[in-house]
Amino acid sequence: MIYLQLLANGIVLGGLYAAIAAGFSLVWGVLNVINILHGSFIVLGSYIAFFLYAYAGLHPFLAIVPAGIVLFALGWALQTVFINRVVTAPVLITLTLTFGLDLVLNNAMLVAFTADYRKVNLATPLPALELGSVFIPGDKLAAMVLAVALTYGLYRLLGDSNVGRAIVAVRMDREAASLMGVEVKQINAITFGIGALMAGAAGALLSIIYPISPINSTLFLGKAFVVCVLGGLGSVPGALVGGLALGLLESLGGYALGPEHSVTLSFSLLLLLLFVRPSGLLGRRGYE
Amino acid sequence: MTRNVITTWIAFAVGIALCAVLPIFGGNYTLRLATTVAMYAVLAQSWNFIGGLAAYPSFATAAFFGLGAYISAVLQTKGVPLYWTWVLGGLGAALFAAFLGGAILHLRGHYFAIASLVVAEVLRELINTTPDLTGGGMGLNVPALKMSVGEQAQFFYHAMLALFAISLATAIFVHRGKSGFALQCIKQNEDAASILGVNAYAYKSLAFVLSAVFVGAAGGMYATWTRYIDPTDVFDVLLSVKPLVMVLLGGVGTLLGPVVGAFILLALEEVVWRNFLTMHAAALGVIIVALVLYLPNGLMSLVREIARRRGRA
Repeated sequence: MIYLQLLANGIVLGGLYAAIAAGFSLVWGVLNVINILHGSFIVLGSYIAFFLYAYAGLHPFLAIVPAGIVLFALGWALQTVFINRVVTAPVLITLTLTFGLDLVLNNAMLVAFTADYRKVNLATPLPALELGSVFIPGDKLAAMVLAVALTYGLYRLLGDSNVGRAIVAVRMDREAASLMGVEVKQINAITFGIGALMAGAAGALLSIIYPISPINSTLFLGKAFVVCVLGGLGSVPGALVGGLALGLLESLGGYALGPEHSVTLSFSLLLLLLFVRPSGLLGRRGYE
Repeated sequence: MTRNVITTWIAFAVGIALCAVLPIFGGNYTLRLATTVAMYAVLAQSWNFIGGLAAYPSFATAAFFGLGAYISAVLQTKGVPLYWTWVLGGLGAALFAAFLGGAILHLRGHYFAIASLVVAEVLRELINTTPDLTGGGMGLNVPALKMSVGEQAQFFYHAMLALFAISLATAIFVHRGKSGFALQCIKQNEDAASILGVNAYAYKSLAFVLSAVFVGAAGGMYATWTRYIDPTDVFDVLLSVKPLVMVLLGGVGTLLGPVVGAFILLALEEVVWRNFLTMHAAALGVIIVALVLYLPNGLMSLVREIARRRGRA
């Protein structure tokens, strides 16, 4: 049954996409900033995992911790120094600012790491999982499980912790939150840091699946866009639903139309969805 | 006020005189730079219709540019007369913008920005997957003109300059006219404008089409000029971002801002290219960041501020 295999591929892909998009969606929803840097953050996370594996033998699955810490610090600093100064300005301004920052970060990575594709080749890969006719590589499955776990962790953080509640409060109403004693600028910086952390951790997981190069950043950014609009922005469950939807669409659509059309397919779907339902599958109205 | 009018006319006269004497004194390199400035000014002036006047953050410039370039290039390989391919490139982009505007102009803010950004990606992929007509990812060779190098430099300089003059004339017409006023109303408060009887949809569509037509023609000229196009080159996302940077540099929603911005951006690019070849994208990034943080209203606002202070003193 080829369709069961395609379904399994789609779900594995979808779990990874959810982790790619969750941080992007959080930043968009809370700060009202489209973070063009997100793709480069993911690539940076992949590089951290690559070098830790190459020089220290640290498994990429464990590298999500150092990658997450480094990216959180970077994101926090960028928000504090640059983005907080214009965070309430119109879309054009904040989007242009993150685009400018992305040019710098991406160019720096190109110079430091070159555009050559690198890949983590694990010395001891996990055995593949075979269920009847369905075949799933073990490392891919493990990466997907970790990606979904990370996404769930973010969901719990927003729901259960004090910081998480403050982030949600800022998302709902910046001014009211500030009147209730929330340090909005500090929360902005933490939110952006968490967004970057999710990107870095996702990047570490992806390092065993995708080739690593600064050129790939726009690819990841594009995926994050589509997932975000599919699922509805700012909601973590939305990122999961959107990620799975995109994963299944690419897997099944790629099979039906040929793999070279999968990008066109997902972007065409994005345009269609923006046309009929801009708030996304799970989104609430009023955020468009 | 009258002094202002006189200054504007003098500026215009000096500009026209400079454009006229440049081909006599300038070498081919200077002409190439001038052609690029004219092209940048066309892109910036066009973006100003939708992004500056109506304040809709459009990132569709690359889509219009690439579409115009491909329409024109394909027609040239089929033997259609050169000027017609440019006209049809512009009209094709305008028609595309009319349809696209119908689909995405009801979106606002981030959603409009993303939808317009994605269009270029879709077109790029479409070109990549239709190699029979467009050459796909291998790119497309455009027939060479039967002219010497020096003649070509003159020819493209004058062609691009003419296109710029048309776009500037259109901009003056729109800024002074009813549609410009309607777009300013939409910028300030779209809902209020619709309630007061401004047909917001029609004016937004007009602005979007105007932001496409000259860009499409410029894309066609670019294809003939460089004699080779490929999807990553003409649908480059930087083509969507540079017009916006130029308008921000010069001043949003002003007539001369885009021209000033085009000059400054090209000057900066040349300096950066010469000195930091591998870091030129980062240098552009630093300029953008500095611009957004320290000069969000553009250089023209600075000039006006200085003039105002002098007037008071």
